[in-house]
Amino acid sequence: MKFDGIFKLTFWKAVAIILMATGLAAAVERFALGLGATTNLKDTFPWGIWIGFDILVGVGLAAGGFTIAATVYIFGIERFRPILRPTILTAFLGYVLVIAGLMVDLGRPWAIWHAIIMWNPHSVMFEVAWCVMLYTTVLALEFSPVILEHFKLQRTLKVIKAVTIPLVILGVILSTLHQSSLGSLFLIIPGRMHPLWYSNIIPFLFIISCVAAGLAMTIIESFLSSRAFGREVELPLLSELSRVIVVVLALYFTVRVQDLMSRDALKYVFMPTYQSGMFLVEIVLGVVLPFCLLLSRKVRSSRTGLFYSAVLVLLGFVAHRMNTAITSMEHWPDRLYVPSVQELCVTLGLVAFGFTAFAFISRYFNVFGEASHHADEVREELPADLARASFE
Amino acid sequence: MSQSKGLLIDITKCVGCRECERACAETNHLPQESATDLSATHLTYVKSYNDETVFVRRLCMHCNEPTCVSACLVGAFTKTETGAVLYDESKCIGCRYCMQACPFEVPRYEWGSLAPKIQKCRMCYERIAGGGQTACAEACMFGATVFGNRDDLVREARARIDGNPHGYVDYVYGLSEAGGTSVLFLSAIPFEKLGFPMNIPKEPIPDLSWRVLSQVPKYAVAAGVLLFGINWITARRTDVARFEAEERRRTITEDRERGRR
Repeated sequence: MKFDGIFKLTFWKAVAIILMATGLAAAVERFALGLGATTNLKDTFPWGIWIGFDILVGVGLAAGGFTIAATVYIFGIERFRPILRPTILTAFLGYVLVIAGLMVDLGRPWAIWHAIIMWNPHSVMFEVAWCVMLYTTVLALEFSPVILEHFKLQRTLKVIKAVTIPLVILGVILSTLHQSSLGSLFLIIPGRMHPLWYSNIIPFLFIISCVAAGLAMTIIESFLSSRAFGREVELPLLSELSRVIVVVLALYFTVRVQDLMSRDALKYVFMPTYQSGMFLVEIVLGVVLPFCLLLSRKVRSSRTGLFYSAVLVLLGFVAHRMNTAITSMEHWPDRLYVPSVQELCVTLGLVAFGFTAFAFISRYFNVFGEASHHADEVREELPADLARASFE
Repeated sequence: MSQSKGLLIDITKCVGCRECERACAETNHLPQESATDLSATHLTYVKSYNDETVFVRRLCMHCNEPTCVSACLVGAFTKTETGAVLYDESKCIGCRYCMQACPFEVPRYEWGSLAPKIQKCRMCYERIAGGGQTACAEACMFGATVFGNRDDLVREARARIDGNPHGYVDYVYGLSEAGGTSVLFLSAIPFEKLGFPMNIPKEPIPDLSWRVLSQVPKYAVAAGVLLFGINWITARRTDVARFEAEERRRTITEDRERGRR
């Protein structure tokens, strides 16, 4: 492994280093002084940006992982294979960041292993905890061939490849359960949430929206890495993905509006409140606008159009998760929440770490080259054989 | 100790002497200082309304089917045989889902601590288990807080309302909130004017998430079968396509061989 160029300082590298350093410093401060001194969390607002962004958004962005894995392995649509590895890597890093964020947010992080032996199956948090543990393991295994190939560990590689299909299926089940359970967390607090966001179909809404966001993330990450590594971007594949996004956004919008109507909550949209403003930003800028943009073939087949539409989808998704976890629980004037500097620093530091880790791994391991380097090998080892083997 | 205990708090009898606050702090070894809200060091708190003429105590409601018990992933909360809902810090991982989940917003956090715990009223579990009553009920000189079997307290509450229909609003708060609570309130003023949340479901709140959670195993099995099935079909298709391609390649090579000859 050659690390040439790793010490060359570029603008983005400098930004990432500064963000990671301040994030680390803020995390150290949090553990030295406690949650009260370093966050704006309080008894009336026990969850903040670490849950609303680091965890809800982090998990959501990883949704590309199960979507693309299912597309390639379960539905056998081989032409998406070139973006499979980078998407799995994104998902895995997303989960690593979720766990890191959780360790900072938990009041007694040293007791986190209690979740393994102290069971309460009536708790949604119990489902969430097990999904995090199991799906992170599955993602690590799904990505492991990249590492195993690099170090030429053929025997282990063979074992992993033999269980690819069951692994992918387990991943799809766990991931969808995890996405929905993050929504289910909020089912238990009907009284505290604004009716624009509380609904008994939150788990369902969380699954639909994460598919759009996961695919948007795949597009964005493809563009960024093509810029960083001077690769050709897989434009036809990505615009095909954007068609799927259009359908998912349309479905999401329909279900969301139907839900508001059935709960007689549509009227809150037109009341001049902080919440209705945030709702409109979320829906108009994050769902309706990218939907309209991506309907046009011109936008779908242009690099800038595709990239910025995907960014809008992503921001709309972030807005939905943050609105659910934070905005919907705010009340003027007695119940407001603005993250502290330390909370922001930790979050930004984690994001910077995610980008850095992605750049590092894709530079030194064969993340993007699967299609070109191993084209023949891949064709030889169609997972179909493995699936049949596991059935017979 | 066969019956679930409870507290009946009659707001019309409370004069705001805050002896309950004092007794509570003493029993739980907490600092004696005036409070502005429930906190990690104030497990009960008397709030005044209508120019200091009406006084309302706040404390854990000790639900019959507590939301915190169902919300806690490691089972740090238990509903005990006395009716008290207790918290066990040795299990807690500090996720604070109980604070989010509680419909009465009772659990409070030790934000300043490096090993923070949840703090809330324990309905004097040890005193009751030993045959006594809660410190607050014992300290109340005006009968505003009385301790007893929950069933008896419910009857007593009804009797007070029926005996003086103009002196009380016709509502026992806690009788059906969240499926019923061990702590019950009577008032002369509508409860919504005294800061009581009135939008709390009348069914046990844990049901809201159990409806979804109980479907998880079914979903996992069905999704597994469906995905394996789809994979089986697509894999067959790929096999056929590859077989045909190989056939074609063979015919082409054979043709070429023949042509060369």
